[in-house]
Amino acid sequence: MSRIPGMFAALKAEGRTALIPFVTAGDPNPEVTVPLMHAMVAAGADLLELGVPFSDPIADGPVIQRATERALAHHVSLRQVLDMVRTFRQTNATTPVVLMGYLNPIEVMGYAGFAAQASAAGVDGALVVDVPPEEGADLVAALRAQGLDLVYLLAPTSTADRIEAIAQVASGFVYYVSVKGVTGAGHLDVAEVAQRLVPIRERISLPLGVGFGIKDPQTAAAVARVADAVIVGSAIVSRMEQLAEDPQAIPGVIGAYLGTLRSAIDQR
Amino acid sequence: MATDPDNRFDGPDARGHFGPYGGMFVPETLMHPLQELRQAYERYRSDPQFLAELNADLRDYVGRPSPIYHAERWSRELGGAQIFLKREDLNHTGAHKINNTIGQALLARRMGKTRIIAETGAGQHGVATATVAARLGLQCVVYMGEVDLARQEANVFRMRLLGAEVVAVKSGSRTLKDALNEAMRDWVTNVDDTFYIIGTVAGPHPYPAMVRDFQTVIGREARTQMLERTGRLPDALVACVGGGSNAIGLFHPFLHDPEVALYGVEAAGDGLATGHHAAPLTAGRPGVLHGNRTYLMEDDDGQIIETHSVSAGLDYPGVGPEHAWLKDLGRAVYDAVTDDEALAAFHALTRIEGIIPALESSHALAYAAKLAPTMARDRSILINLSGRGDKDMHTVASRQGVKL
Repeated sequence: MSRIPGMFAALKAEGRTALIPFVTAGDPNPEVTVPLMHAMVAAGADLLELGVPFSDPIADGPVIQRATERALAHHVSLRQVLDMVRTFRQTNATTPVVLMGYLNPIEVMGYAGFAAQASAAGVDGALVVDVPPEEGADLVAALRAQGLDLVYLLAPTSTADRIEAIAQVASGFVYYVSVKGVTGAGHLDVAEVAQRLVPIRERISLPLGVGFGIKDPQTAAAVARVADAVIVGSAIVSRMEQLAEDPQAIPGVIGAYLGTLRSAIDQR
Repeated sequence: MATDPDNRFDGPDARGHFGPYGGMFVPETLMHPLQELRQAYERYRSDPQFLAELNADLRDYVGRPSPIYHAERWSRELGGAQIFLKREDLNHTGAHKINNTIGQALLARRMGKTRIIAETGAGQHGVATATVAARLGLQCVVYMGEVDLARQEANVFRMRLLGAEVVAVKSGSRTLKDALNEAMRDWVTNVDDTFYIIGTVAGPHPYPAMVRDFQTVIGREARTQMLERTGRLPDALVACVGGGSNAIGLFHPFLHDPEVALYGVEAAGDGLATGHHAAPLTAGRPGVLHGNRTYLMEDDDGQIIETHSVSAGLDYPGVGPEHAWLKDLGRAVYDAVTDDEALAAFHALTRIEGIIPALESSHALAYAAKLAPTMARDRSILINLSGRGDKDMHTVASRQGVKL
């Protein structure tokens, strides 16, 4: 069963907001990922989003594109990412893990095969960027049969009809993309995001995460006041890129950075 | 073959599916813009004023109808069916691409969009887009893989002369697929004022249907012209397939004519056995890329693999979803010819008929050259000569060791 609902329920009881870091699995090499996952949990991450490398990441900006290329240079694909989660689960049975990526690697594995293997590895859900609800029915069914969540995106361009449609099928949480653009783009306007979340909350009872454009503790704290989860990706991945030649330093540096976000969020 | 009691040839359905193919596999941010595009397209495709403007432009600006030409000498030499060429190479800007860019640009203007973006491989679609953007006074940005930029310098210069900004794409394999990725990223970022003119029958719904509809002018004209010229329909149609817009434009008006055989010709590059090719229908399998489900070139992990073709316009790992469906239905036959075979046909048409074809179109010619001798002399093959070869002088010269 997915660990996601329990995690959000526990945080809600404590009046806290979740911190969700994103890293690309296998960046800058496959050995870094599992120690990094543990370091992020130790630094206060509540859920881990693990990017599954795909050759054609149309929704990603340059920072995550380059991370993807570094991982693909080591031939890290969906099967290897599932192995990483399996290894992570040997010493962490509680922190939810969501795989984030594109549909084609899942298509190759087959929806039922993917769901079974992901569940067995200890994955809790998937966020498949290029699967809107219109195309997601079969994938949702396969994941649900294994107790996994399919996390959907909402965007500034999502109309009331689309919010309704996503409310029907989403589970775990809903990821609100705060800006029109690719990952790592633009500046998030907290007031605007807060305004956008109002009609979404009217229609969706699931926890709402907000991501895209959160780069510093101040923004993280401000978003934490209006969202149930703060999602940080490119800001982490660009720090990892600077350490690509010194990968053993990555867990420490990223853990310290997440620590600053964690305390800012908790003082929201 | 080809009777269609279940209307299987009349796709896509309301959600953009051709059987299991097509669809809208895009990030949420693009779903609403795609819905707006679909609504605008559905409104204007039957709007008499829009169609009158489109048809006037196709006549006066593109130079339509393009003629069909009976390649008598080449037919005699091949010793079989009579070969006719649909002369899309005579269009303004030198290829069929402008049929579609005119249509989409007129739609963009009606939707109030002020900025046009496009991806390009060989540069033909980029030039056709820059051309219509210049004419309508729209800002234009063209994404082009760095590798393609280097092998199509003349087209890059043409686009810049026309006022377009040409952006070199340095990610991934730095070819057409990466240019498409980058154009999608631009669109996600600038959806409010930007119209994305996709150059082929791929991408998310409604693009495969919309681009096809703009390109079916080829097949509609050809049908009338062949009936006028020969008193009956051709026995076979042959067209090259990269994304597949010129092929679907020719094929579509003939789908319900079971006596007309349809042949789509992909790029076998160095040979299918070498793995260096661009033939997803012939040697790939179904997957999801660039907004639609279709045949792809991918590895066992679902990563898209690099393609190879001497012709930049065919150098793409996917193919329009309607072709995937026509393949599964058996309505069209897809096969591939190598770089060497395409070049041989390039030289044959040039020397025997005095027509220098594009390397893309040369793939269709090469296939027809194999098909014709298997058919009787009173049979006919219509080939879509989708573009002219002026842009390929450097490629052909360098393969012969000649420096221009």
